[in-house]
Amino acid sequence: MDSLLGALAAIINLNHQGTFIHWGWFQISVANLVVIILMIVTFVIALLVPFPGKNKRRGGGK
Amino acid sequence: MSKTKKFRPDVDAPDWGGRYYPYDIIKEGTIALIVVLVLVLGLSVVFSSPDEKQMTLQTWSKADPVDFATTAFSELAGTSASATYGPPYNTASQGQKIGPIALAQWLGVHIPVNPAVDFVLRPLSTLADNPPVTLALKQWNTASSSTQAMWIAAYTKGTIGYVNGQVVNTQTGAGPIPVLINAETAMARAGALQAQLIQGNGFYSTDYTKPLLFLADGGHLASVAVGEHLGGDQWGMMNETGSYPGQAWLWLYTTLYQIPPYSTSWSANADAMVWATMMIATLLLALLPFIPGLRSIPRWVKVYRIIWREHYRSLK
Amino acid sequence: MSYDEEIAQQWTTRVRRGVVDFLPPDKMLPDTQPNYVASWIYVFGVVTIAAMIIVIGTGCILAIEGPIWWHHSTLGHFINSMHLWSVEIFFFAMVVHLWGKFFMAAWRGRRSLTWITGVVTFVASIATAFTGYVSQTNFDSQWISTQAKDGINATGAGSFFNVLNLGQMLMWHIVLLPLVAVLLVVLHVILVRHRGVVPPFDEAAIKAAKSGTAPAPATEEVPA
Repeated sequence: MDSLLGALAAIINLNHQGTFIHWGWFQISVANLVVIILMIVTFVIALLVPFPGKNKRRGGGK
Repeated sequence: MSKTKKFRPDVDAPDWGGRYYPYDIIKEGTIALIVVLVLVLGLSVVFSSPDEKQMTLQTWSKADPVDFATTAFSELAGTSASATYGPPYNTASQGQKIGPIALAQWLGVHIPVNPAVDFVLRPLSTLADNPPVTLALKQWNTASSSTQAMWIAAYTKGTIGYVNGQVVNTQTGAGPIPVLINAETAMARAGALQAQLIQGNGFYSTDYTKPLLFLADGGHLASVAVGEHLGGDQWGMMNETGSYPGQAWLWLYTTLYQIPPYSTSWSANADAMVWATMMIATLLLALLPFIPGLRSIPRWVKVYRIIWREHYRSLK
Repeated sequence: MSYDEEIAQQWTTRVRRGVVDFLPPDKMLPDTQPNYVASWIYVFGVVTIAAMIIVIGTGCILAIEGPIWWHHSTLGHFINSMHLWSVEIFFFAMVVHLWGKFFMAAWRGRRSLTWITGVVTFVASIATAFTGYVSQTNFDSQWISTQAKDGINATGAGSFFNVLNLGQMLMWHIVLLPLVAVLLVVLHVILVRHRGVVPPFDEAAIKAAKSGTAPAPATEEVPA
């Protein structure tokens, strides 16, 4: 188990100096910025993509 | 019996009298669990997690003996951050205030730390068979406070160096201080000092207050942290070591430290003022349903028309 | 007292009837949802819970071997990675869930307590994560604890909540705060089940109430 997981460990090694974006007094790490952008994108996609079950909602019901 | 009262669109919601459709919430939950598990496994395989090796008093004093010796001296002299901290460690200062309210002082000293004794004098007194150190300790402990102050002033005037395995100071007239600081540094480099700081609680202890305070008083821990972009004015609170994502949810907390007045006129009490602000912000968020104006934003912004577009279309 | 009267006045009977009245089985585990529950934004609550289950599960595995294991075991390090990433997903999903609920004004219709328990859970989660970060027993926890102490000391809480005390922080992290977080989530979900998912804004009623052309609509049925 140990050797299998050892072989898999960190395909992408993030244990190097981080990159930071500066904008006046504001600064953020690229990693955090990616996470925040992903959150916004996820939110927008969740709003826009149609939700399955439209036929059930038209046909069924009490 | 129904009661007609004024309809408040941001507070009230009519009971749903419309259609329902079959919805399997346990199946949904199971799918969610499997999807998240796969995602977590994938992220763990691809990115792993950071584990930067801890620092010890030994690794610190070996990597930067001058910084260590300088810090040890500041502990003895009572000028270090820990020595001048105030509550909960000692009464050396008042602690921070929110306006006139000094919460820390009011709650008092509950974790007593006297750096000169706890970090330097007491550990050195455990060194067996070391006549120079025993003599230096006796000299220090029997001297008057004005004599000690004179020695401290002399040692401060000089420049500390590390030559041939010895801590040296360009200034003389510092009494027993050179011997004490040299012995403290040697003790740390040998790995014997840290145990003395934890051992204050007996055989078993999980309380690292003293060695951590000592470590944080020095420049070495901070320089490694700043190298990793973890410093306070580097927005470090949000960051993780290496290139890993950190704690994005602390964005507001860390932003406050970077802007006036927290970074300027309130900087002496920045921690207390930031906490007070965050408490108010959290209260506003929690009590949003009761705050007119703020609670109307969803209705004004109309993002809901996208969420419930199928419903609104069906009404036409 | 008759047999029926005696049964009726028992604490057991009263509690059971109160619970079943508040949350009958078909409300606790409903097999339908209102037609307006038709958006992917609705999955982020359950995704947050799914992530929380994995956080706790991986935490339990880490607990089996103790707090130092992950530093010298490849399996331990992998479980630690899973613990970290499930926490990142937990906060990710919770905040997207918060954004969705905000834009739906989900506190409407006597659901303010649902909103409040959600915010308190958010804060409790941050506290839980924090005690985890200072329990890592590596450089990161050394730095975070020595920095965070200043903020906490400034509030006076540092007198009894010592972030430099590993034993204390670890026990808050694996016992006290998870209990609080789980309790809050259970309360939050019970409230959602009790009241149902918040209905859409009734735009016709809002328009009518604003222009005053029709009498204000009746709100919820108030028991006589």
